Amino acid sequence: MSAGDVAGSDARSDAGDVVEQDVRSVRAAIQGALAEAMEADERVVLLGEDIADPGGGVFGVTKGLSSTFGADRVRDTPISEQAIVGAAIGAALGGLRPVAEIMFMDFLGICLDQLANHAAKLRYMSGGRTPVPMVLRVAVGGGLQVGAQHSQMLEAWLTHVPGLKVVVPSNAGDARALLLACIADDDPCVFIEQVPLLARKGVVYREPLSLGCATVTRPGRDVTVVTYGRQVHDALAVAESLAPDVEVEVVDLRSLAPLDEQAMVASVARTGRAVVLHEAVVTGGFGAELVARLSEQLFGRLRAPVLRVGAVDAPMPYAKGLESLALPGQQRLAAAIDAVMA
Amino acid sequence: MFRVMAMIAACDEALRSAIGAGRATLSYYSPRGQEAVAAGFAAALRSDDYLVTTYRGMHDQIAKGVPLRPLLAEMVGRAAGTGKGKGGPMHISWPEVGLMVTTGVVGSGLPIAAGLAWAAQRQGAGRVAVVCFGDGATNIGAFHEACNLASLWSLPLVLLCQNNGYGEHTAFAGHQRTARVADRAAAYAMPGVTIDGNDPLAVHEAVAEAVALARAGGGPTLVEAVTYRLYGHVFGDRMAYIAKDELDAAWAAEPLTRFRAHLVESGVHSEESARAVEESCATEAAAVLDEVLALPGPGPEELLTDVVGP
Repeated sequence: MSAGDVAGSDARSDAGDVVEQDVRSVRAAIQGALAEAMEADERVVLLGEDIADPGGGVFGVTKGLSSTFGADRVRDTPISEQAIVGAAIGAALGGLRPVAEIMFMDFLGICLDQLANHAAKLRYMSGGRTPVPMVLRVAVGGGLQVGAQHSQMLEAWLTHVPGLKVVVPSNAGDARALLLACIADDDPCVFIEQVPLLARKGVVYREPLSLGCATVTRPGRDVTVVTYGRQVHDALAVAESLAPDVEVEVVDLRSLAPLDEQAMVASVARTGRAVVLHEAVVTGGFGAELVARLSEQLFGRLRAPVLRVGAVDAPMPYAKGLESLALPGQQRLAAAIDAVMA
Repeated sequence: MFRVMAMIAACDEALRSAIGAGRATLSYYSPRGQEAVAAGFAAALRSDDYLVTTYRGMHDQIAKGVPLRPLLAEMVGRAAGTGKGKGGPMHISWPEVGLMVTTGVVGSGLPIAAGLAWAAQRQGAGRVAVVCFGDGATNIGAFHEACNLASLWSLPLVLLCQNNGYGEHTAFAGHQRTARVADRAAAYAMPGVTIDGNDPLAVHEAVAEAVALARAGGGPTLVEAVTYRLYGHVFGDRMAYIAKDELDAAWAAEPLTRFRAHLVESGVHSEESARAVEESCATEAAAVLDEVLALPGPGPEELLTDVVGP
């Protein structure tokens, strides 16, 4: 599905006034949000590997920012993930609003102690004395044939740690609004950027967005697909292909922590059927949490078991054919919808 | 400095007594034997300078000026503690005096301290950060990443290794071949010095020099203060891995006694006035501990408070 994703474009999200039809790529929306935040608040600083110009990050997301705001405010770091996350924590404790970049989400394993044991817990362990207002931007390369160590959606590692906020935008407008919300937030936020989405264009709206507000991207009466990130576009494509025989409702969670459980439950309460879709592997994935909550809230009202669709339980293979089979494509989603409708 | 050292020893005695008598239950990592390091470095700092320390950190916390009542209350899990009783003895923080983090994970404080130093550098108020860690921490990646970043960015950071001879239950020679921790500084193009960590004056002098360099924009220094932990790794450690001769020698060189003798010899104190300081510290520490032990723990409403911001 990645080809369609790259070429695709989003009309608009549910909320907000469109300003002069500001259509941008997700990449430009993120870059613009960083520039806006730095313009508005001197305390906002960026750090990460190769983020300064001329490269502006391996995916060009921070391009131009060091030239505009200075290389001491948009700081290149050594390849040193513990130092990057630790320095962001310390900078946050010291009164800055750091936005750190980890080049690939797979590298979280190198710095998870800083993130999970320190960033996430310092507020609680100090009884509220030391909040950690930082953002960690992480890229995910699933769908780009970059192999098993550069393709993993590991959001379930993060949602399992109380104190972290986890955000996964699906379109340019939400990417801007959610990133600004993360930077304004007084807690550590992990902002997940799926690389195949970066070139995707969409309308950028100006209204602010709070974390923890899901949106119904497409209304439908028969079955709800609960998803986030680039899989939203798979869900929409499948929904279009099945209409009008089956009317699929698509819920885009936008953030996983905080989770808008109410919006998800309200949708599934209407449709009575649900499929949970994400790019991460199925076993132990965040989808299991969603299914559990739907089951707890709606046990007697579900007309079919809630199904999960995700990547197969294997490391991401390199070969194109195998990678496509590993990822949760539109066919598997359609099959799951068929199954819950049967 | 003598009073700070005496207070550290007094709080340590009060806590160990309370644990031994069953009046308090906690995982306690006694800093006894390392009080000269704390008294020495803290005297070289401003109140607004940052400090990051470890679970064996009560000496550093007292020396930096954390008030005894919230400190000891946190040690025993009371609502009046530094973290409302939710952090515990390994997680003391008191930003009012610059104590930003106490970590329970060996080596993890270093990158955070580098970040604090970066913030201080950007804000330009001349503030420095000090991070305390043990010899065991110098083998973990976080140490090396932080050293490299601090050096590269010329951060106003003092890396203070309290080399007490052991990483948990493994002696120094069993965890690295390096002769001196300070030798590792050369790999990061920063100054490295080794000093007698049981002499508060030597610690003060070395840290003051490192702080002056940092405040002047000269970057980080690795200071290795050689000391000893007299009660082992954690309360109840039988120290079977330590030779009796070694422990006897360490007690013979115990820093509080040694500094008292120095002060008496140099006429700053009489034997009586020095003892009076120690006794007043003992009385105060015991009284504060008694007081906080009588206080309530955090209520159930605290369980889900402070997980994230309001």
